[in-house]
Amino acid sequence: MQYIPNILFLLLLVAGVGYFTKNIRTVIRNIKLGIPVAINDHKKERYGNVARIALGQSKLLKRPISGALHAIVYLGFIIINIEVLEIIIDGLLGTHRVFAFLGGFYDFLIGTFEILALLVLVSVILFWTRRNVLKIKRFLSPEMKGWPKQDGNIILYFEVVLMGLFLLMNSSDYALQQMGAAHYIQAGSYPVSSLFVGIFDTMSQSSLVLLERTAWWLHITGILIFLNYLYFSKHLHILLAFPNVYFGAITPKGQFKNNQAVTAEVKMMMDPAADPFAAPAPDAPPPPKFGASDVMDLTQVQLLNAYTCTECGRCTSECPANQTGKKLSPRKIMMDTRDRLQQVSKNMDTNQGVFVPDGKQLLNDYITTEELWACTTCNACVEACPVSIDPLSIIMDMRQYLVMEQSAAPTELNATMTNIENNGAPWPFNQMDRLDWAKE
Amino acid sequence: MSDVLKVPTMADFMAQGKQPEVLFWVGCAGSFDDRAKKITKAFVKLLNNAGVEFAVLGTEESCTGDPAKRAGNEFLFQMQAATNIEVLNAYKVQKIVTACPHCFNTINNEYPQLGGNYQVMHHTQFLKTLLNDGRLKVEGGKFKGKKITFHDPCYLGRANGEYEAPRDLLRKLEVELVEMKRCKTNGLCCGAGGAQMFKEPEPGNKDINVERTQEAVQTKASIVATGCPFCNTMMTDGVKHQEQEQQVQVMDVAQMIADASEL
Repeated sequence: MQYIPNILFLLLLVAGVGYFTKNIRTVIRNIKLGIPVAINDHKKERYGNVARIALGQSKLLKRPISGALHAIVYLGFIIINIEVLEIIIDGLLGTHRVFAFLGGFYDFLIGTFEILALLVLVSVILFWTRRNVLKIKRFLSPEMKGWPKQDGNIILYFEVVLMGLFLLMNSSDYALQQMGAAHYIQAGSYPVSSLFVGIFDTMSQSSLVLLERTAWWLHITGILIFLNYLYFSKHLHILLAFPNVYFGAITPKGQFKNNQAVTAEVKMMMDPAADPFAAPAPDAPPPPKFGASDVMDLTQVQLLNAYTCTECGRCTSECPANQTGKKLSPRKIMMDTRDRLQQVSKNMDTNQGVFVPDGKQLLNDYITTEELWACTTCNACVEACPVSIDPLSIIMDMRQYLVMEQSAAPTELNATMTNIENNGAPWPFNQMDRLDWAKE
Repeated sequence: MSDVLKVPTMADFMAQGKQPEVLFWVGCAGSFDDRAKKITKAFVKLLNNAGVEFAVLGTEESCTGDPAKRAGNEFLFQMQAATNIEVLNAYKVQKIVTACPHCFNTINNEYPQLGGNYQVMHHTQFLKTLLNDGRLKVEGGKFKGKKITFHDPCYLGRANGEYEAPRDLLRKLEVELVEMKRCKTNGLCCGAGGAQMFKEPEPGNKDINVERTQEAVQTKASIVATGCPFCNTMMTDGVKHQEQEQQVQVMDVAQMIADASEL
């Protein structure tokens, strides 16, 4: 009988971690729907980026207020999670504060956790105010209505509850330690929770134990629920930001990738030995599709980008098209890509892991051509992203599909392209007049 | 003016069995656009003055394909690239300088995988090396003490990380360099990139070049300096839109240096 809490804890842990693992496997399966890209170059530079951009939050801090608040919450969450390790060991073994033997260092640890927890609480309240009270433009874009707004708030509520339970657990523990209750060894320092320990003055020891145990169990249960919430939320970035930054482009931002399928076609066209009448072999694979109209046409890195996006909207607020009232929002490009990928994922789940065409695609059903044609390719969105997401590459791939598969460029651009093709300039000037400026 | 401009072509050099120090890639805007032609000429004057043995491709030059690629026509881009690379490689070109950040970006970053490997420089970078080597003298002249702001072309700045070369040249002109709120990595686009230059903007409540020039005008600078023929056009139009053309001039860095030396 005495092992019932241990067994319950084990079951809770297995269920929490198990369901999370299942969903992460789904994320990996979905990312693999994209075109594989072999990235095994510049390892040192890539790890440097992870250290600087992801761990060091260098890009986030470019906006000092939200950057500093985020750094506090991030640091708090990472460091307080050391405590989770103790909770798991205690839960499985039935011990209490198993790291207490660390003595003075344990006091230091718990004290640090408490101060961080308080700072996280304050930051989260400020975050909530920014999202709900202050009229900050990037939180009011059309794509933030409904679930995305709710999602942002739910994450903040989770953090308030978890930090609150953590402090409640500590303060009741501290009260019990002062009473000299059995099993509650004298350990840890409680600079924050000791401040409101007075509220337990009238409580009996048994109800205090009940309170402490309840807070302890709710705290770890809350953490496991939060862990499982990640998959359904933009909050997945806390894990994916690291691989995403690793796989982020390290070439100059102006270098757009050259479409290999097109290179093959151009080479064939220019090869005098190529047989112009050759028919493809009957078993030849279908010709490659140019550009992207759906998520499967994007690369695995682009799909990872979509899952990593935490909808902060820095890209959109820097976008010249968005700032001047155009429909384009780079954040929406990423959100649409993720939403479509999740739709494909559900489709696969209900069809034994095989995608059954549903008559929908990323183009038009999610992203309109008006958005795609508003982009100036200025790279402001790519520069702004704190986790190295590249919305521009998706826009470019979709433009390629529009132009090369559908011949659906805006009319003026068709004229431009005809000029380039016929006379080597975007305007209708003769190539033979190219040096006339020198004689004028 | 034609008697002062010396513009040899690669074909001229080849006929003499010589190789120029650098190929000046003029670009479509630099060849055909009236405002950009002034930049081209100013840059040629500086090259002549510095005694740089340069050549142009002349009628053998063709669009790099940048607008086609950014518009989604990868096919046309790669056709243009293949043609240009064939010409450049036939002339054994090693070093290219261009006054257009779009040409600079495309040849520098996108041609190598297609077989075109050259050392490519933006004209502000090239002018800076001439300055460092003592071949070019840059002095304030009529710009001394004037308030000037620099608009970062996206394809020079964010796209290729070059923010300082044009600013260093401006400082040499002894101007009072003031920055717009959005500059360098945060610089706001002029609105021309991504083939937008060649189409009407999508529906919105403002033109991007107006937004950008408002910011430039707010600095109270008398000259908006830039390093891109397309930015030049967009900014000039934006200044006109605000009826500020009497107070604010838009000039390329090369034009300013040539003007300062009264070339």
